[in-house]
Amino acid sequence: MPNLNPSRKVYDVCIIGSGAGGGTAAKVLTEGGLNVVMLEAGPRLNPDKDFKEHVWPYELAHRGVGVAGGGRFQFNDEFLAPNGFWEIEGEPYTTAPGSNFRWFRSRIEGGRTNHWGRISLRFGPADFRARSTDGMGDDWPITYGELSPYYDKVESYIGVFGTRENVPNSPDGVFLPPPKPRCTETIIKKACDSLHITCIPSRLAILTQPLNGRPACHYCAQCGRGCISAANFSSSQVMIPPAQATGRFTMIANAMAREIVMGKSGKAEAVSYIDKATRSEQRIYAKAFVIAASACESARLLLNSRSPAFPDGLANSSGVVGRYLTDSVGSSLAGHFPQLEGMPAHNHDGVGGMHMYMPWWRFGQKNEFLRGYHIEFGGGRGMPGVGGFDGVCAEHEGYGTSLKQKCHSSYGTHIGFSGRGEMIPNEKSYCEIDPNVVDKWGIPVLRFHWQWGENEIKMAQDMQETFRSIIEAAGGTVTGGRRRGATSNSISEGGEIIHELGTVRMGNDPKTSVLNRNCQAHDVRNVFVADAAPFVTNPDKNPTLTIMALSWRTSEYLLEQAKKGEL
Amino acid sequence: MLPDPVTRRNVLKSLSMGAAVGSVLRAIPLEAAAYAHSLIQAEKADAKAGGYVPKYFTGHLYRTLQSLCETIIPADADSGGAIEAGAPEFIDLLTSENPEYQLKLGGGLVWLDSMCTDRYGRVYLDCTPQQRKEILDLIAYRKNAATDESLSQGVAFFSMLRNMTSDGFFTSKIGIQYLGYIGNSYLLEFPGCPPVPGV
Repeated sequence: MPNLNPSRKVYDVCIIGSGAGGGTAAKVLTEGGLNVVMLEAGPRLNPDKDFKEHVWPYELAHRGVGVAGGGRFQFNDEFLAPNGFWEIEGEPYTTAPGSNFRWFRSRIEGGRTNHWGRISLRFGPADFRARSTDGMGDDWPITYGELSPYYDKVESYIGVFGTRENVPNSPDGVFLPPPKPRCTETIIKKACDSLHITCIPSRLAILTQPLNGRPACHYCAQCGRGCISAANFSSSQVMIPPAQATGRFTMIANAMAREIVMGKSGKAEAVSYIDKATRSEQRIYAKAFVIAASACESARLLLNSRSPAFPDGLANSSGVVGRYLTDSVGSSLAGHFPQLEGMPAHNHDGVGGMHMYMPWWRFGQKNEFLRGYHIEFGGGRGMPGVGGFDGVCAEHEGYGTSLKQKCHSSYGTHIGFSGRGEMIPNEKSYCEIDPNVVDKWGIPVLRFHWQWGENEIKMAQDMQETFRSIIEAAGGTVTGGRRRGATSNSISEGGEIIHELGTVRMGNDPKTSVLNRNCQAHDVRNVFVADAAPFVTNPDKNPTLTIMALSWRTSEYLLEQAKKGEL
Repeated sequence: MLPDPVTRRNVLKSLSMGAAVGSVLRAIPLEAAAYAHSLIQAEKADAKAGGYVPKYFTGHLYRTLQSLCETIIPADADSGGAIEAGAPEFIDLLTSENPEYQLKLGGGLVWLDSMCTDRYGRVYLDCTPQQRKEILDLIAYRKNAATDESLSQGVAFFSMLRNMTSDGFFTSKIGIQYLGYIGNSYLLEFPGCPPVPGV
């Protein structure tokens, strides 16, 4: 018999997921006075055990690639903070015939904020008015002006470095000073200036000055390993601790949400979840629910919450849950820069990410495609790692002193470029419940359908041409990106950039959207979604900052409702 | 003038004092440092207890592996070589855990001995320096397999061994020093690009 919580403790709010969206909601709601319980599908994070900051590769027998070398080129090498996986044992997903889609999922307190690139870009005014701007896709039910105060709040709290630049449709924020450019960045900045490509200090959630009790960055470039001093932002270290400090926060770890259970009054009353340790079903009761399980998991939870009132899934009278799935358009290319060969040995580490980047610099111009992309780049004299000399070995071949010297002279001379562009939602890209497959917790899994549109293919092609022109203008030679050659293959796979979103979108019309302008379900007034599922567009700006701003706004609305007794 | 790199101890001390009272952050840095150190010490203790005991390659094959690694990345005037860097240990450990590596590297070493026996009447380690150079010069380049198909397994084997030897060398303390990587440290301020002509 499942334990259906006979004591019936009823929390004010149950949050599902502890990442960027869930963590923000936990902080705002608990500080606003509500009693909050959070379900996390993975374990608690233990930074002192889980983080490998400052460990050298030779201090580990496997030099960082783990048992059997399984971490070679993976997100799961021995150094990285616990983050997530492309494949999770016993938790499959499927793809429809002809569809390629990869789904990166996290099962850890803090979710994907433990490893993300900390790139924190505000969406611009035009991004909220896509259809009004170019006739494609839809407008958001809110404007930039309405979200802007929440961007201010998030940036002021988490700390983002950057500079005020007035780039069209790439709004400035509340910024800490940026770090100085590395040599690689100085070289590329000069080339971009000559090509009239805007290249400015990047905008990352890493502290360059102490803020809110957190120390400044110490420039070891290891943000991806997790930061023991929390000078970079993660939900686990920056959002969850203040929630906990209120005494009104309970986290239930290793709890895989299965279904939102409807009560009699047309409101949701509980979440049914699987306790992974005992494989037993449990229930948590609350007055309101904030779903922040990541866009596709949130859609999956709604679709799996079937009841007589909602035979197609909770809050899905519109039928659009799972639809409008997009990812960022990705493409990359690398170059070799001979002028870096003579570089004197110096500390090139910096923060764990780029110090400069190129925002979309052709906004408002007539281009071959709609919307735009930004460029990220990096390389140079980083800490050597396994696999770092595969390219030199393959090119030079041979053995002995000449190989050794070639590795030495090539070290730190490569710079890679990656574009991140906007995909326009299309009806062939969506997720749904696979009718034939359940995971090991007995929960039906998602099946993905995916197809890039013409606009995305053209955009990726444009990225390749741009990268090539920058590399050549900077005096380098193209050494190859992934899948060079065929232009149609220069685009990433669906899901690969890990910006999948849009699957529970917001809108003013309950027939074409699931959530209203407050990310509250049109159909069920005490259900909210606070990850990237509500996004109406997926502009070239990485989603995390907007997840937090939107979650902050949603949470303040929820607090207001609670104060009015609406819960 | 570059800012002074500060010591780990001082940074950890200042971090722990500067963080908010009641925050989990307060406890993390010192415990993390202690954990990292214990991890490292455990590994060093293992290594010191009678040296490395090969886990996959037997005596003769392990010595062959060592010889090949040192030939790929030799000691020279600038630094020690692959053996001092621990590359054979690294390769042996990963191979002991990975069936694919066992086929490619384990099989490859036997392939090399068989090839040497066919050509010179003795295994690789017993060959003269000239003979070793001759066979390695054949399998160290892809173009040779294009003209002589019987070399293709050897070329694939050597290519993989070359990658993994480089991994082992350039992730070692002496390899990192040889490259001139400076970092993994605590800086109060990032100095940016030093003044270099042309950059």
